[in-house]
Amino acid sequence: MNDMTPIAKVQTTLKDWETDQEVRWCPGCGDYAILKAVQRTLPEIGADPSNTVFVSGIGCSSRFPYYVESYGFHTIHGRAPAFATGIKLANPDLDVWLVTGDGDGMSIGGNHTMHILRRNVNVQILLFNNEIYGLTKGQYSPTSREGTNSPTSPLGSVDRPALPCAFALGSGARFIARAYDVSKNLPGVLKAAHAHKGAAFVEIFQNCIVYNKDRFDDFVAKGVADQNQLWLTDGEPMLFGSEKSGGVKGIALDMETLTLKVVDVIDGDWQAAGVLVHNVRNRALAHMLVEMPFGPFPMALGVIYDDPRPTYEETLLGQDEQARKGKDANLAKLLGKGQTWTVQAA
Amino acid sequence: MATLVDGPDALTGGKDTGGTDAKAPEAVVVRFAGDSGDGMQLTGGQFTLSTALAGNDLATFPDFPAEIRAPQGTLFGVSAFQINFGSTEIDTAGDQPDVLVAMNPAALKTNVGALKPGGLIIADSGEFTKRNLEKAKYEVNPLEDGSLEKWQLLAFDISALTLEAVKPFGLGNKEALRCKNMWTLGLALWMFDRDRQPLIDWLNAKFAKNPVLAEANIAALNAGHAYGETAELSGPLKQYHIAPVESEPGLYRTVTGAEAISLGLVAGAQLADLHMFFGGYPITPASAILHNLARLKEFGVTTFQAEDEIAAIASAIGASYAGQLGVTSSSGPGIALKGEAMGLAIMTELPLVIVNSQRGGPSTGLPTKTEQSDLYQAVYGRNGDAPMPVIAARSASDCFEVAIEACRIAVEYMTPVMLLTDGYIANAAEPWKVPDPASFRPFPVKFLEAKNGPNGELLPFARDEKGARPWIRPGTPGLMHRIGGIEKNPGTGNIDYSPASHQIMTDARKAKVDGVAKSIPPQEVSHGETSGRLVVVGWGSTYGPIHQAVRRARRKGLDVSHVHVRHIWPMPSNLGDLLRGYDKVLVPEMNTGQFKTVLRDQFLIDAQPLNKTSGQPFTIAEIEAAIEEALK
Repeated sequence: MNDMTPIAKVQTTLKDWETDQEVRWCPGCGDYAILKAVQRTLPEIGADPSNTVFVSGIGCSSRFPYYVESYGFHTIHGRAPAFATGIKLANPDLDVWLVTGDGDGMSIGGNHTMHILRRNVNVQILLFNNEIYGLTKGQYSPTSREGTNSPTSPLGSVDRPALPCAFALGSGARFIARAYDVSKNLPGVLKAAHAHKGAAFVEIFQNCIVYNKDRFDDFVAKGVADQNQLWLTDGEPMLFGSEKSGGVKGIALDMETLTLKVVDVIDGDWQAAGVLVHNVRNRALAHMLVEMPFGPFPMALGVIYDDPRPTYEETLLGQDEQARKGKDANLAKLLGKGQTWTVQAA
Repeated sequence: MATLVDGPDALTGGKDTGGTDAKAPEAVVVRFAGDSGDGMQLTGGQFTLSTALAGNDLATFPDFPAEIRAPQGTLFGVSAFQINFGSTEIDTAGDQPDVLVAMNPAALKTNVGALKPGGLIIADSGEFTKRNLEKAKYEVNPLEDGSLEKWQLLAFDISALTLEAVKPFGLGNKEALRCKNMWTLGLALWMFDRDRQPLIDWLNAKFAKNPVLAEANIAALNAGHAYGETAELSGPLKQYHIAPVESEPGLYRTVTGAEAISLGLVAGAQLADLHMFFGGYPITPASAILHNLARLKEFGVTTFQAEDEIAAIASAIGASYAGQLGVTSSSGPGIALKGEAMGLAIMTELPLVIVNSQRGGPSTGLPTKTEQSDLYQAVYGRNGDAPMPVIAARSASDCFEVAIEACRIAVEYMTPVMLLTDGYIANAAEPWKVPDPASFRPFPVKFLEAKNGPNGELLPFARDEKGARPWIRPGTPGLMHRIGGIEKNPGTGNIDYSPASHQIMTDARKAKVDGVAKSIPPQEVSHGETSGRLVVVGWGSTYGPIHQAVRRARRKGLDVSHVHVRHIWPMPSNLGDLLRGYDKVLVPEMNTGQFKTVLRDQFLIDAQPLNKTSGQPFTIAEIEAAIEEALK
């Protein structure tokens, strides 16, 4: 009864993870690609449909559980982390995936997102970030960029957008990754998230074809991806771009200001250029990467931070188990505890 | 007038004592009042224990400010503890105190008005300083100006006497004065002829790590006791012996509502053969349940302090979904926050127990005072047609059975259930005959283990004869399915918001909850006849004062009966017919008439309200007067 028990790997195919339910996202929605990536990943990690639970809140992304042939719980707006926490405390052996969006997870449910991360409940949290409210028809969301025109911000939104990965790190998350819907690397990121024991936070940029079309084209469009995406790999230098796209570049540390900077890499000699080597256990580096502004810098993608520590459920339930040791669970005795007196029959 | 001897009629020959010997009253009401730093709740609690050990029946009413440490000496910083005890059945904490112990001017000012004419005031004159008198807004010292002459006054310098008693222990002035409450308790123990030894044992255990403090407190206790013996010779102070109440033989203890709910939930989970998951968030006066259960892990309990009220209920629903008995608990404002999640539990048909320790509202209202004003919230307070069983506890000891009943309904009908208690019941203590857990009928849960459809398919929303759906734990091989808050197909549970499905499912949810009525006992008359001129209908913690008021009225020959309703929703199926058998229906409630409205709605009867929303329980006299008025 603890999550140290290795879960038996089960042989499945992508087909085994499809339900008979008609998928109801808009044609062209990024959610389709994420669904496929998840359904492709689950057989690869040997997941067992009988032992897998998808939990979600409310919003387009939160319809996800209906389309995965496993156990699924479509709950209420923003609260999926709290349901997931109850599920994991009741049965830590279940493999729980939590699907949320930028409105569900960062706005109405921001509080719960914070607490599931700081407690470190062993679940995979997939936050689909399309920077807009889709299911309510296009209002600006907490991750919408300043100036977003929407039905509720006809003059352009003035709120500063939240940074989900920075929020997660600030909340004490021990695994943070980023990817986007149609990326071929998404299954790899999902696998890493699943392999991490503890709360694994994955921000997935997702194209809302109707209300925020091609919002992420700055770095996902074909012509610019190469020079605007920094894919992080543990132990590898932080390089991006290519000779074809105007030169190989890298991320280095400006020692005077203690900030990151972009440097040119000449003839492949990244060491000479001072390019940093990614270390997923370096929390200070993670802070800089999640805050790295897109534009002057590329978008940091892949596993940004991965440094496990004991999970909430193993710690809490372990403590309970200790407390039970040597104690007699005799209800009759418990009821008669304290200062008692006996009334004799007359 | 017939001689009435029940109730809080005491030392001073209140009107009800008739011709009985004032030396041996049947019941006495004592109120300890002091600054919130004076330890009055502790004094009251220990006096309660000694009362219970002396074999008296009792009821208590702790009444304290919402502030943890209100400024010293102020009127709003007064903390009081009232106890009614006697040699007959006691159901309320008493209408009017016979004895008031006032530890400072503020305590005297805020409490003396309640004291029975002729009652005894014991005041610590050492605290009636110029400064304290000012803080209590007294211009003249009331101990000296004759303003207390309708009562008996015993004023002496308890502070100085305490300092004298604990002098040998070399405590600082502040620490020494903290022993005042034990001095007072010693005097009270003498007044009612109580054994000091259990208190001495308790003090030794409490201060095991600091024997000097234990000795000092014991010395203060003994000094207070000795003072009584000496003072008896000369003054109005007399010793009384209250005979033990005649009780059923067996093992007894004192219990508060919060304790009894916790124990009942543990018992309920055992009877259901389930592990219990309790998700809670601190709130007055509900927190005590979370505190209690956090210490009962060995009984198969997980407690989770969530980040907010919503997460507390959501985690409990998550645990129920995963196959444990989910329980959450709160008070009015917290219950409001949980409303949406209750709707989800209703929609997904998962068992859940929600305990509401009601307090005065709306909004933050009166956090530490009692009220019954969440009945509408419990019965109606959710979006959509969202039926949910509601049951209410009438007293601290009743909480145990009611908690078990809530667990039973939740798992047998796959539904959330709300258990209503209130601040008064949660904090009040009373003697409790310790029940035998084996005397309760078990209701073990059977989870679905294989596909249940006629063609070998899985139907998570197929229904049994009670209208309940199967409980399917994730992790069960081959039973994968999806549930959620969206309207669903009546069998498969797949998303389906077709007109027919919503009609069928709405009807099914209602029929299921209505059907709970078939599993509950028919309504009985608590006291009196099954028909007549007047019935007083109560629910929750008004049981005590209604019961006593009806008893007194009947002794006067009035045609009045008492019906106490435990099952608020659905109500017992015979309740309407029963109530129609009386000419008049009176519903006393600590709200503006909520149950009265439900009764009118359900049965088209002319139920009349008797309402009180002062944050204080009804007195017996208030209800008795309403009975007499109704029967004029």
